[in-house]
Amino acid sequence: MTMTKTTRKIPAPTPLEDSRDFWEGAARGELMLKHCEACGRAHHYPRARCPHCFSDRTMWRQASGRGTVYSWTIMRRAPQPYTLAYVELDEGPRMLTNLVGFAPDAIEIGAAVEVVFEPTEGGPPVPMFRPAGHD
Amino acid sequence: MGAQAYISGVFEHPTRKAEGLSLAQLHADCAAGALADAGLKKGDVDGYFCASDAPGIGPLNMVDYLGLDVRHVDATEIGGASYLHHITQAQQAIADSKCNVALITGAGRPRAGAATYWLPQSPDVPDLGFEQPYGPATVALYALAAQRHMHEFGTTSEQLAWVKVAASHHAQHNPQAMLRDVVTVEDVLASPMIADPLHKLDCCVISDGGGAMIVTRPEIARSLGKPLVRVRGSGMAIKGQAGGDVDLTTTGAVKSGAAAFDEAGVRHADIKYASIYDSFTITVVMTLEDLGFCAKGKGGAFVMDGNLISGVGKLPFNTDGGGLCNNHPGGKGGMPKTIEAVRQLRGEAHPAVQVPGCDLALVHGTGGFLGSRHSSATLILERE
Repeated sequence: MTMTKTTRKIPAPTPLEDSRDFWEGAARGELMLKHCEACGRAHHYPRARCPHCFSDRTMWRQASGRGTVYSWTIMRRAPQPYTLAYVELDEGPRMLTNLVGFAPDAIEIGAAVEVVFEPTEGGPPVPMFRPAGHD
Repeated sequence: MGAQAYISGVFEHPTRKAEGLSLAQLHADCAAGALADAGLKKGDVDGYFCASDAPGIGPLNMVDYLGLDVRHVDATEIGGASYLHHITQAQQAIADSKCNVALITGAGRPRAGAATYWLPQSPDVPDLGFEQPYGPATVALYALAAQRHMHEFGTTSEQLAWVKVAASHHAQHNPQAMLRDVVTVEDVLASPMIADPLHKLDCCVISDGGGAMIVTRPEIARSLGKPLVRVRGSGMAIKGQAGGDVDLTTTGAVKSGAAAFDEAGVRHADIKYASIYDSFTITVVMTLEDLGFCAKGKGGAFVMDGNLISGVGKLPFNTDGGGLCNNHPGGKGGMPKTIEAVRQLRGEAHPAVQVPGCDLALVHGTGGFLGSRHSSATLILERE
């Protein structure tokens, strides 16, 4: 069975002042999520100031790395097809990502997934998601 | 009732591949065409509106290139919906006595060469690092919305295909349309899968071209002897990822449409014709739901069986063939959408697709990406 995998070259993200901790976490293999101490909500992508309540009392916490597929699509005509998806993290936020390690006909909305970090072209690794329980 | 303004001149460039035409030249040719249509001269223009497809620093370079002498400019960029928003901006500027004759231009030439440089590239764009690594192609970002819409509402690929079928029925009458062959639902489903669940024929064309529009104050509009097309209502909205509260199945049309209908004081049943931004078939289905032409989730059923075909269905749409068949200049289709609505209201659409007694039309633009962040702009236009 052909599994979707990351064979294409992944462009490196540019860490910014308010996202550097995210990428340093990614380099350690940790998915970092911003939480707001004022309203108690998590958000993604990370900001210094909470997009929900606009407080600047936001702090980093390591996420569980678990979630479910919210939506997905396979770029069939790309030189190296890949799967773009939104994953709903167990902590709440839905994040844009790639799915890897799925048989193309096995991807479905609601599927349980877990984070895996994939290398980029000269930058920090980026979080992607594979089927939960993957060895 | 808001400020009074009229669309007095329109021009759609005939080119679909602008070999031998510079981008600035396209803008200028469109401006000349719209001025001629209105019966005005360049010297009458005292307000200029453009988006970032106009080469240069906002409006600076094009005002200079065109040789304009203006006392008001605006260069709001909200993607393909920009030009609808410029109509509203022009209307407000006219009401505030900032200008009398507003020129709006838009053009692009991705086929003949120039890149779509209006897309954000700077690393300072805060979301870029969280999206670019994943390959967020335009079609993929709309496919994510389509996939989720199918999951939540049972929308089918056959239903999406009907949008393309309707557009193709209209495009056969447009000699300038890039795709003039009438297609069937089966044709759409048999075309290659690009990004599940969107097939090749669910996607709009990539084209060169452009257009221009002239917006005038009432006294001037009435002096020109052209059919009077008034801006009766408008609204706009920006919808994004909401900090992770991502919702892929509704669009900013919920807000922009409600605002436009509220200002216009008309009902959906009064709308005789609709130009609906059709970057992809799913864009039309979701927009029609969110504008309130049908219940949420029922857009697929609404577009079936030719319901969008002029002379056949209840809501004739995109009678020029739309972005799916006619053109999508520089990846920004708000200009031709608005122009075709003006043609319908003037009775100047192709006779095979002209809606009889078309006195009220809706135009809706979608800019950016339904799968990440987008703009919505709605206009309700009236023939007086």
